Amino acid sequence: MRALPVGDRALLIEVDTGEEAEALHAELLRRRATGELSVAEIVPAARTVLLDGLEAPSRLAERLASWEVPPVPRRAEDVVEIPVRYDGPDLPDVAAHWGVDEAEVARIHAKAEFRVAFCGFAPGFGYLTGLPREVPRRATPRTVVPAGSVALAGPYTGVYPRSSPGGWQLIGTTDTVLWDHARVPAALLAPGTRVRFTAVAAA
Amino acid sequence: MTDRALAVARAGALTTVQDQGRPGHAHLGVPRSGALDAHAATLVNRLVGNPPEAAVLETTLNGCSVRPRSTVTMAVAGAPCPVTVDGRPAPWGAPVRVPGGAVLDIGAARSGVRSYLAVSGGVAVEPVLGSRSTDLLSGLGPPPLTDGTVLPLGRPGGAHARVDVVPHPAPPSELVLRVTLGPREDWFTEAALRTLTTRPYAVSSASNRIGLRTEGPALERSRAGELPSEGMVLGAVQVPPDGRPVVFLADHPTTGGYPVIAVVHPADLPGAAQAIPGTPVRFVAVRHRR
Repeated sequence: MRALPVGDRALLIEVDTGEEAEALHAELLRRRATGELSVAEIVPAARTVLLDGLEAPSRLAERLASWEVPPVPRRAEDVVEIPVRYDGPDLPDVAAHWGVDEAEVARIHAKAEFRVAFCGFAPGFGYLTGLPREVPRRATPRTVVPAGSVALAGPYTGVYPRSSPGGWQLIGTTDTVLWDHARVPAALLAPGTRVRFTAVAAA
Repeated sequence: MTDRALAVARAGALTTVQDQGRPGHAHLGVPRSGALDAHAATLVNRLVGNPPEAAVLETTLNGCSVRPRSTVTMAVAGAPCPVTVDGRPAPWGAPVRVPGGAVLDIGAARSGVRSYLAVSGGVAVEPVLGSRSTDLLSGLGPPPLTDGTVLPLGRPGGAHARVDVVPHPAPPSELVLRVTLGPREDWFTEAALRTLTTRPYAVSSASNRIGLRTEGPALERSRAGELPSEGMVLGAVQVPPDGRPVVFLADHPTTGGYPVIAVVHPADLPGAAQAIPGTPVRFVAVRHRR
């Protein structure tokens, strides 16, 4: 675990794996909840957690070295189910990349158990890990990806909360609303949320 | 309809509603947003007797015109510019009483980029996640103003300030940005670190509320490959593949995959908000505060 100073008020804590980042994020949230840690933003990402808005980053960096960070328990907590029509335009490409047929892509995806590793790109866009296979991004990004598109890139699955440009491989669509700022909470998916996709028949 | 409202007669190039932004949601991919020149936004609020968190208008280069439905106090500061009420000159940087139905016009900036307009009671559009700010990256908050937009106003609180002159920093003729190196300075060559902190850059015309883009010598990386996405702070100096540093401003993305070579001191960011394209930029390295 390395703590890199970011300006005068932030620390970027770097670990070696996504699992370690997940465990560290959970531990930081726990310590913030107990009042032991005072920080404005805790932003997990692929291999890091950013702590922004710290009074004394260097002192925290010293304390961090002695922390025991327990692995995240795999408890049976609520799982968000997202119904998907596996009808995306990139299904053939993903199938070819994996050497399976399109129906098998849907089966592999709907069988996996996902977790939101981190959010970014757009409000409510989660980077979900848990898929046992990877795919490259599309060579040419689309200028418009419709809201509700279920997409793959690298090790991640994501659902576009609103229409936007994007380079991920589109494998399906959902009617689930990922982001609604009039709702509490606005984001369906937050770091740590567990997710399963269920296949539904195309309309 | 209530007469606590403000009609937009001329929206200008880009005028948005801004307050202190919506920090605390970065982990959901929500940018902080908020007034780019936070000093100026605080100042105009004080001039009209608003609390510092009241929402103001932020203009870009060519100002805007507004018509209140009832008599209000307004103040303009930030980028210096002509101010008129129904065509008659009015003071900049001071409270101005504007009768209902009169038009307050904010002219083109004489220097700087962004002028700020506060109205007694504040702009009272519906907040999103606790803020009324327009976020141009994610689309949260009210859309940029268009001609004919009508904005609700809040109830005036305190009395307006009684001042003759207000202190305000002039927009920079040279933008000096103090930076602390890191967190990813080790992704760059020694020569690149020297280049960043000794060679002149200039503000690019591609700058916006998301980032201050620069023109100047490209910064060479010491390693190839991609950095996994990581959290980004306000003032981060990110170096995209073209090698020209970009300083992240209020609407910056919450995570990014290009290495951050340094971070700008927050006190220098209001100046960055007012630096017109072509302004010389110098990055000056300072040590980490211990």
